[in-house]
Amino acid sequence: MNPELLFFLETVIGGLMAGVMYALVALGFVLIFKASGIFNFAQGVMCLFAALALYDFMAPGGWVDRWFGFTFPVWAAIALTIVVMIILAWVIERFVLQYLVQQEPIILFMATIGLAYVLEGVGDILFGSDVKPLDIGLPQGASDWLLDNFNLYVEKLEVVAAVTAAVLVTVLAVFFQRTRIGRALRAVADDHQAALSVGISLRTIWVIVWSVSGIVALVAGIMWGSKSGVQFSLSLIALKALPVLILGGFTSVPGAIVGGLIIGVGEKIAEVYLGPLVGGAIENWFAYMLALAFLLFRPQGLFGERIIERV
Amino acid sequence: MEGDRKFGDPILEVQDINLSFGGVTALEGVSFDILNGEVRAIIGPNGAGKSSMLNVINGFYHPQQGQITYKGKTRRQMRPHHAASSGIARTFQNIALFKGMSTLDNIMTGRNTKMRKNLLWQALYLGPAKREELEHRDFVEHVIDFLEIQAIRKTPVGKLPYGMQKRVELGRALAAEPELLLLDEPMAGMNLEEKEDMCRFVLDVNDQFGTTIALIEHDMGVVMDISDRVVVLDYGKKIADGTPEEVRADQRVIEAYLGVTRDDN
Repeated sequence: MNPELLFFLETVIGGLMAGVMYALVALGFVLIFKASGIFNFAQGVMCLFAALALYDFMAPGGWVDRWFGFTFPVWAAIALTIVVMIILAWVIERFVLQYLVQQEPIILFMATIGLAYVLEGVGDILFGSDVKPLDIGLPQGASDWLLDNFNLYVEKLEVVAAVTAAVLVTVLAVFFQRTRIGRALRAVADDHQAALSVGISLRTIWVIVWSVSGIVALVAGIMWGSKSGVQFSLSLIALKALPVLILGGFTSVPGAIVGGLIIGVGEKIAEVYLGPLVGGAIENWFAYMLALAFLLFRPQGLFGERIIERV
Repeated sequence: MEGDRKFGDPILEVQDINLSFGGVTALEGVSFDILNGEVRAIIGPNGAGKSSMLNVINGFYHPQQGQITYKGKTRRQMRPHHAASSGIARTFQNIALFKGMSTLDNIMTGRNTKMRKNLLWQALYLGPAKREELEHRDFVEHVIDFLEIQAIRKTPVGKLPYGMQKRVELGRALAAEPELLLLDEPMAGMNLEEKEDMCRFVLDVNDQFGTTIALIEHDMGVVMDISDRVVVLDYGKKIADGTPEEVRADQRVIEAYLGVTRDDN
């Protein structure tokens, strides 16, 4: 194959894979925003927290090791971390959200900022702030098959991430569209009072939705952690999810995926082909410029519901 | 309707309800009952406290004083979740539908309290959860047939005209197989034809399923036609209670509706 074209393909694939990672984080935001209208600033920290907990359950020298003298195998550690995220969701509902029902969105947003700092602090105290290599046995390195047959360099881990994201989105879509709880989630998102009148419990729904987005955060945390180690800068990928959401729309699950992919590919291509013209390093801010352009012309995003508000 | 129909015991009794928001009194010492199987109208001028009364019955508002006896159990206040699961369904004055969802899905939410399979089954959408879903779908199709809205089953309700939305909202309430159905101005803003349709549905629900209905309505013609007994509120107080004929002849009701000139002598 033509090396120019090959290089372009590699850039696009690299971008798509990075985009999947962003999409995984954005997905957690969308879930909570859909069901409660809260922009959860703590989503990135939840990814970090989940990854830290997972690491601790299975790493020598973690709490479990120090207290009980053994560590959990990978599958048990993942199951336990899911339990931790569900408990976390319950605690958040019980001690934060419950008191903020019917408050302005901005107040709930502020509460999640507070939550982000609390979680980060607790994570630091419990697990320490050093970078931890997370290895749950996901394949590493480049795919030999693609390299041999097509001369393409693609990381195996990124393929795994892409497949995982696809499965996750399919499961969530079925859950949202076909089941009673899924319908209840959409109902709560649309109208709190009407949802109450048909016997849907807001509090249960909130715990469920925070749990689900906690589990999504765990998946994202595993992928990012396997790629670049569990470190506190993980919480900053939440900021990268913001342009993804603006592109895809805050209320759309498919939007989070498509938005993630566009941002991922867009910033890679911009870096490689546009970068040299302006002195490079545009990967870091390109996503935000793209989001800004979107805000000017299509503020509800590609898939979001048009929001008409009386002012 | 003639006054010779037989009704059961009270399904609901409210006693001495006092409700205020800060310094504003919405309801003051209101007591009345709703008998099993009747159509009970709550009327009164704007701001009389009618909607507040419904909100007290289904647990949205918690009165400061008074008690509510529903199906033989006396409580200080109801809770929305409990009201829904014990057979009270309602519609709203300003339509409260789930706008992004289809007619079918909206009505399916009405089955919420009837569906029992747990979260895990649902997450997998396997076996029992799927079967349960289909059973309830069957019931919902009956409701859709009953209300003659087959044509809009898959339409997102946000796109439906106002009259249809009101009908879908009634469908959602019916899907819960309520024992007590609360309708907050079911015919407001409708044209004559739509009103007649809605009247027919309300009466059919009452006749065919024996559902007890409490409704708020402004159209006096409608109230006189379809209700068995009427309670009249004015400024948060009950001023009359009885058959449509009695209420229509009541001097205080006439004053409340037409206004009265008092000369300060």
